[in-house]
Amino acid sequence: MWDVVHRLGSPRTFYTIAGRWQPWLWALAALLLGTGSVWALLFAPADYQQGDSFRILYVHVPAAILAQSCFVLMAVAGAIFLVWRIKLADMVATVIAPFGAAMTGVALFSGSVWGVPTWGTWWVWDARLTSMLIQLFLYLGVIALRGAFASRDGGARAASLLTLVGVINIPIIKYSVDWWNTLHQPATFTLTQRPAMPAEMWLPLAVMVLGFYAYFVALTLTRTRSEILRREGRKRWVLELGS
Amino acid sequence: MQPRTSVAGLGPALLATLRRDLTVALRRRGDLVNPPAFFALVITLFPLGISPVPEQLAAIAPGLLWVAALLATQLSLDALFRSDHEDGSLEQLLLAPQPLAALVLAKVAVHWLLTGLPLALMAPLLGLLLSLPSGSYGVLAASLALGSATLGLIGAIGAALTVGLARGSVLLSLLVLPLTIPVLIFGSGAVQAAAMGGDVAPALAMLGAQLALALMLAPWAIAGALRISIHG
Amino acid sequence: MTFRLEARGLACERDDRWLFRDLDLGVGPGDVVRIEGPNGSGKTSLLKLLAGQLPLQAGELHWNGVSLRRARPAFLANLLYLGHAPGIKPALNALENLAWYQALHGESGSHRARLAALEVLGLAGFEEVPAAQLSAGQQRRIALARLTLSPRLLWILDEPFTAIDRQGVAALEDALWNHAAAGGAVLLTTHHELHARGALTRVDLSKAGD
Repeated sequence: MWDVVHRLGSPRTFYTIAGRWQPWLWALAALLLGTGSVWALLFAPADYQQGDSFRILYVHVPAAILAQSCFVLMAVAGAIFLVWRIKLADMVATVIAPFGAAMTGVALFSGSVWGVPTWGTWWVWDARLTSMLIQLFLYLGVIALRGAFASRDGGARAASLLTLVGVINIPIIKYSVDWWNTLHQPATFTLTQRPAMPAEMWLPLAVMVLGFYAYFVALTLTRTRSEILRREGRKRWVLELGS
Repeated sequence: MQPRTSVAGLGPALLATLRRDLTVALRRRGDLVNPPAFFALVITLFPLGISPVPEQLAAIAPGLLWVAALLATQLSLDALFRSDHEDGSLEQLLLAPQPLAALVLAKVAVHWLLTGLPLALMAPLLGLLLSLPSGSYGVLAASLALGSATLGLIGAIGAALTVGLARGSVLLSLLVLPLTIPVLIFGSGAVQAAAMGGDVAPALAMLGAQLALALMLAPWAIAGALRISIHG
Repeated sequence: MTFRLEARGLACERDDRWLFRDLDLGVGPGDVVRIEGPNGSGKTSLLKLLAGQLPLQAGELHWNGVSLRRARPAFLANLLYLGHAPGIKPALNALENLAWYQALHGESGSHRARLAALEVLGLAGFEEVPAAQLSAGQQRRIALARLTLSPRLLWILDEPFTAIDRQGVAALEDALWNHAAAGGAVLLTTHHELHARGALTRVDLSKAGD
């Protein structure tokens, strides 16, 4: 068991294995996202209340889900790095951070665009959007802290610790924002909470969520491979790749 | 000379650290005035920036007081470990044969005693300036006393993470402020509830729960952060 | 009972460059070890690694045969580390500074002992002056007073001779050798030429990297 972890933790092994999986994952992502988009945009029924504008959901929800899972994954990678000092874990965390921040941005932007037909304004202090905004700041903090350190190892360890602190705080933040929201705007209409979504609506959503995940995994593999090359550029096995 | 196998006296070490930090702070009294002065100044700005109408001010007073107090504690956090880092005594603190989490807790306690508590005590006075409804003054002070302790603990994590960085203070705000939002929500929520004659117990209980959680977890995070960042 | 700090296969990487690697080092009673090498060769990093301040990137550290990870409290109880900065609080006077360090190590210490230690280092008359008003050399002497005040087996000293005048240097050198002769150990870096009065081990870092 430990052998497997450490072997997978070796950048070289990861580089080779990820290189083999990479094309398949990209293909899977393209297939899922393609199918999902066509299904969601052309075949899913329009919402009886919101009309076609509800279709933003097919981008908003996957982005929001991914933004949250990225933070958790980043924390897991950070913990692995802090405890076992497996450098690969930190490379993955480094790569995930900007992607997670971007997904948070997409979720915020799509939510805000969605707000125009729904609420008649670009921004409403809706519980979900507010939590998202705070999460964006958390991402930015982690990225900024990593960049502020002169030594890569110091920055990596500091960012890992901050991510762990953040991941403990996220549920508390969510809970308190929900509490604050109900206190100030009782029973407002929230974007994605609906009693029951018919299968024709949520099936394409599920495909889109899976597609986003496939895209995320493929991109992370690709970007981690280039991060490996960047960091291990002076090691012999990397130099041999080029010859 | 014989090898020492055990170290006695976490108690004396904690006491000495408390006393040392208090002495240092009291000898540099000028710095102690800054957070309360900042707090008062920011509160003065709001009527000038918004409107002097008492009803209007009263409606937003709980939030204003809490945000201003939060920023005032934030202001003083950067100094929490920085001077110790510069003169090298922070390095020595990390090398003491004592649990670091306990020692940093002592430092945070002194910080609260000298910034959080004074802010909580002067807040009712500033509440008066903002026409805060009577009956909510006690809750304001209590919520700030509780909440500022949590703010200090959370902020100390950020201060510890940025202590080795030359220009850490702006970054410190970016790291810490998002984490303080739950404290702000329940703190100002308690005061709002009091101002509207509602039940303050749930919000105060939540502040207490946050403090308990912070007391349990933050010292370890602060200690870990110091070990990471002190060597840049 | 004896003591031993044993390092095997230590390495220090900075920005993809090995400052040193596969470094073995053992320190026991009577040893004086001087770490040598040009600026930037990792002398301070090595001392910090040996003092358990930096995470090990490779190799292992043992204190009396037990991994330092587990023996940390026992190790720290026997260590006195003086870094680049003397660790003296400017707002406090010499006596207060020393008293805090003693308390930190679980000792109460006596006022008289502190006065005596300061007097040995030529600080008589400056005991109650805030350290901010003292010179860099005097501040360092306060830190050095800890060597006599709190007897520790292992001294790790990073450039201890910095900012100290000639008499102070001679006295400190005496103290180092006496400490070794009494069964202690010293690990240090210095640009100052030590007059060997016993076995001096040299560790050269200039060729230890890549």
